[in-house]
Amino acid sequence: MRLVAVQEQDFDPGSLLAALGGSGSGGVASFIGIVRQTPGGGLRALHLEHYPGMTQTALERLVDEAQSRWALTGCVVIHRVGRLELGQNIVFTATASAHRAEALAATAYLIDQLKTRAPFWKAEEMEDGTTHWVEARASDDEAAAAWGNPPAL
Amino acid sequence: MRIMYFAWLRERIGKSSEELTPPAEVDTPRALIGWLRTRGPGYEAAFSDERPVRCAVDQEFQPLDAPLGTPEEIGFFPPVTGG
Repeated sequence: MRLVAVQEQDFDPGSLLAALGGSGSGGVASFIGIVRQTPGGGLRALHLEHYPGMTQTALERLVDEAQSRWALTGCVVIHRVGRLELGQNIVFTATASAHRAEALAATAYLIDQLKTRAPFWKAEEMEDGTTHWVEARASDDEAAAAWGNPPAL
Repeated sequence: MRIMYFAWLRERIGKSSEELTPPAEVDTPRALIGWLRTRGPGYEAAFSDERPVRCAVDQEFQPLDAPLGTPEEIGFFPPVTGG
């Protein structure tokens, strides 16, 4: 099973995990990113913008890389775009493999790389009506670089 | 070539894309930024910001000093913040 999608609508982790668990998998690992409150409070929603056309290609490449690094029986990456309120799902990465180590590592790889190598941008919509573009974080670059890939541009 | 703008660059320039033919001496994305800055205050506001700008040439991330060639499309945007 291989699925890469950029979409406005929500995804159903349960059915995706069940599908990954079929076809001879020994284990399934997953990560779900969720809209959370900012440390200072006052967040109402996130707006996710992307570069149509380029986004799908970038995500497909990350899945290709994960499949070449680990023996996976399944791989899913779904990223939502548009307006997402507090508590809503943003992103889903999941992989299946014969053994836990491959699935856990590949899932972490996908989300670490996605954060620095896929063209998405977040803006914060606050309760007072203002919006702010989220700044990129050096810790995300470091997490991606720790896998041995070239640093993000 | 088609030039695309995202996030706060799009907001400051006031459009998401446009078709432009830069002069022949524009040979890198950074040079293209320099030329765009002469096109009006929105461009100046977008590209003079102290916050960093990244680019993709024909939908591949490229350094700002990479040879530009003759792409069909170039996108300018802030560092990505997905996930």
